[in-house]
Amino acid sequence: MTGSILAALLGHWWRNPLQAFTLLAGLALGTALWSGVQAINAEARASYDAAAATLGDGNLAQITERDGGVIAQDTYVALRRAGWLVSPVIEGRLGPVRVVGIDPLTAPGGVGPVGTTDGAVLESFLSGEGQIFAQAATQAQLPDTGANGMLAPDAAPNTAIMDIGLAQRLLGRPGQIDRLLVAPEQPIRQTALSDVAPDLALLPPQDGSDVGRLTDSFHLNLTAFGLLAFAVGLFIVHGAIGLAFEQRRPIVRTLRALGAPLGRLITLMAVELAVLAFAAGAIGVALGYVVAAALLPDVAATLRGLYGADVSGQLALRPAWWLSGLAMAMGGTAVAASGALWSLARMPLLASAQPRAWAMARQGAGPVVVAGMLLAVAGALAIWGTGLLAGFAMLGALLIGGALVLPPLLALVLRLGQAQARGAVAQWFWADTRQQVPGLSLALMALLLAMAANVGVSTMVSSFRLTFTGFLDQRLASELYVRTTDAAQADAVAALATPLVDAVLPVLAVDRQIAGYPAEIYGARDHATYRDNWLFLRAAPDVWDALARGEGVLVNEQLYRRAGLDLAADVVIAPGLSLPVLGIYGDYGNPAGQVIVTEAVFRQQFPDVLALRFGLRIDPDGVAALRSVLRDQAGVADAAMVDQAAIKALSLEVFERTFTVTTALNILTLAVAGFAILMSLLTLAAMRLPQLAPVWALGLTRRRLAGLDLVRAVVLAAVTGAAALPLGLALAWALLAVVNVEAFGWQLPMYLFPLDYLRLGALALLAAALAALWPAWRLSRMPPAQLLGVFRNDR
Amino acid sequence: MLLRLHDVAKTYPGTEMAVLRGVSLTMVAGDMLALTGESGSGKSTLLHLVGGLDTADSGVVAIDGTDLTPLDDAGRAALRRGTVGVIFQQFNLIPSLTVVANIAFQARLAGRHDPDLALALATRLGLAAHLHKYPEQLSGGQQQRVAIARTLAARPKLVLADEPTGNLDEATADTVFALLCELVGETGAGLILVTHSERLATRMPRRLHLSEGQLT
Repeated sequence: MTGSILAALLGHWWRNPLQAFTLLAGLALGTALWSGVQAINAEARASYDAAAATLGDGNLAQITERDGGVIAQDTYVALRRAGWLVSPVIEGRLGPVRVVGIDPLTAPGGVGPVGTTDGAVLESFLSGEGQIFAQAATQAQLPDTGANGMLAPDAAPNTAIMDIGLAQRLLGRPGQIDRLLVAPEQPIRQTALSDVAPDLALLPPQDGSDVGRLTDSFHLNLTAFGLLAFAVGLFIVHGAIGLAFEQRRPIVRTLRALGAPLGRLITLMAVELAVLAFAAGAIGVALGYVVAAALLPDVAATLRGLYGADVSGQLALRPAWWLSGLAMAMGGTAVAASGALWSLARMPLLASAQPRAWAMARQGAGPVVVAGMLLAVAGALAIWGTGLLAGFAMLGALLIGGALVLPPLLALVLRLGQAQARGAVAQWFWADTRQQVPGLSLALMALLLAMAANVGVSTMVSSFRLTFTGFLDQRLASELYVRTTDAAQADAVAALATPLVDAVLPVLAVDRQIAGYPAEIYGARDHATYRDNWLFLRAAPDVWDALARGEGVLVNEQLYRRAGLDLAADVVIAPGLSLPVLGIYGDYGNPAGQVIVTEAVFRQQFPDVLALRFGLRIDPDGVAALRSVLRDQAGVADAAMVDQAAIKALSLEVFERTFTVTTALNILTLAVAGFAILMSLLTLAAMRLPQLAPVWALGLTRRRLAGLDLVRAVVLAAVTGAAALPLGLALAWALLAVVNVEAFGWQLPMYLFPLDYLRLGALALLAAALAALWPAWRLSRMPPAQLLGVFRNDR
Repeated sequence: MLLRLHDVAKTYPGTEMAVLRGVSLTMVAGDMLALTGESGSGKSTLLHLVGGLDTADSGVVAIDGTDLTPLDDAGRAALRRGTVGVIFQQFNLIPSLTVVANIAFQARLAGRHDPDLALALATRLGLAAHLHKYPEQLSGGQQQRVAIARTLAARPKLVLADEPTGNLDEATADTVFALLCELVGETGAGLILVTHSERLATRMPRRLHLSEGQLT
């Protein structure tokens, strides 16, 4: 019996291959974007873990210079003598490769490829020209160093591990140490760190990878996009399953009348869907691999540029993401099919089985009520919600609520259109379009979501770009930035530059805990560079004068939000010195808190901190000459001098690459929505013949009907686009004012870009017209015999 | 001459047997004839050729002096709008329009909509209480009356009715048939009624039988 029932049920897919294709393709596309994003995230996280495992970063306590400078060899020796089991590390870059030099003799166990007791490896590591441990791809990127390249597949991507002596030589930094790793087991009796090296700070070990935590919000953003794309795909699946089940109602009714048990019918249909979902999921995972492989290089560049995190450009087939892709495909199908299965299970044996009845039934008040509730939830979360998850829950409620409002909104607009129509054809056009809405609503909802996401994200990105470029202009006012290696070189630079430039602006900085949060304290010289260029989010009157008098501090937005340091709040700069907040400034792209005091206060509180970096104000035409002077007379390396234009270009490049992935996902989501419309129109085309044939018989040509079908698709897309605009702007506001604040600690001003929206609207109309073109062309070429088939009495 | 068919032949692609083989027929204004025949004898095909819904392989189909053979798609569409009116067994109303909009539809396409005539027809056909309902809210008999009203409101010269009572019970069929004949008679249009019903066919002034693609 099971075989006979299956044969009867499966026959539907053979007779409706387009529907089967829609179901498979919709699910596969949704799964592809989801699993592609998951593959990227999994690869990035694996890279962070590899970095942590290779270098022991984060798992070990570390000692660093308080001002972020280098540690002298003598200080290291003094610490060892004082009983501190520490091991030196130096880091730098050779081209694109991160070079890490360690001392294998003192390194704690598990750090680097030679942190074991294997004497043979240790000997070869230290012998001759030295050895460089790295992945094959990394080895290939290294210049010829004379050292032996050793393959280390488990090494972190783009990272080369070597002996510290070799690293110091290759990096041109002899005798320098960046940080000291502290072995977990220390002698009970050792001299206090502050006594041996008061300029050094001990940083406790951290749980998990630092970079992993830093990049969490970035990955969460990607995941949210993957989920949105999957939701769009699920709309297609929901529509295809609903229609397929509705068309099979007569078969189900007949089978039940012939004695097939309802339970077995439902079970077999569920199994059938599970098989289809598995197949679609497998295709989706394969496509996801392609998507991820295409996007990964940009993501890797973004993470390196934004967070300094090295991510492999090579994609591995990790079970975590392809299993999640399959699970999403199966789970999504279950969700999409549950309603149809439930309705079939409750269908009376003698129920009629008209597909249009199914479509019209979707116009009930239920979705409007649910939409209202979801929008209310979104509003409530916007007002009272806290945390990133609440932010994303608000976005989800906003988008789904907005999508559910669309069909009744379309019905209302079309009813108004019909009321205004004068001619018979116009009246029929509006009425017929209304009738098509239920069948197209899921595809149009998918289009709405895709367009709203596009409006929202493009508004966010463009607002970010505008703010960021303005911010760069404010903050990178100096024409040349110089980094010196020690106090002597710093003095030389200051002495040489002073007569040649308009102003020498020393960068004085020290890391401190402010209000319980890690932060940097900067000492700023009172100069027009700051007064003229910096903009405040909030500020007291005469803020610069008050700052110059040492009457307060400036804090960045991150610190203001995290620590609640509003205007006039007291900030403890050092023991015994507490100053009120005079102003709060935007500090985009910086994950850390920041406090600015006047130079005098800084030097008074931190007399040991030297200015090793400088911003130099000079006529841009004089930059090249100044560089020559500093290079020739103070020995400043070319790499240590960066002009303003180069920094801006680099920053903007990092910025653009950051959103390459977002833009790509946006376009892919829009493409999925276009596909949804095409599939819906093709499916509806066959079902619409009984509605079109009478109109044709009454005197409209096939070409005119096809033209009206094209116009219909464009009208529906236009109304959907108009609805997507406010939804997209609400989404942009949510991203800028809620999600960004939670994820990054800063709020961005929102700008509007009408031309971009018009371009997107035109694109959506074009997509809808293109999607409608094929079905319309088929209608215009349809043989009269096919239309006459509608009128055959014996059909 | 309202209608002239001369030596009309039609074969559907993919079939060897001709559906119509040398059919000839003439009608003048006001003629009312019944066309009978077995299922598959070509009755509907003949009606479709006359209605400009399909094209003959050979022969002449001329309505009101206009030869349909050289007409293109747009020309045949114009003929369907203005000269002929077709009533189908399946009613084929436009589901998205109300009864009153359905009745007015073809007349408005033809550019000769007369609201008074439409209302009068609706009243005569017992539809006055249902004008603002949608087709799916009506019974089969009521829907067929709407289809008749729609055709007659456009004042065609020739009415083609393809099994208009085929989906109705006997009593309703009699009522609809009587109304159709009466109203067509009042307009002076010609009527070709395709029917399986011998009972109805015998009540028509003229009767033709189609067998193996030929009229007898």
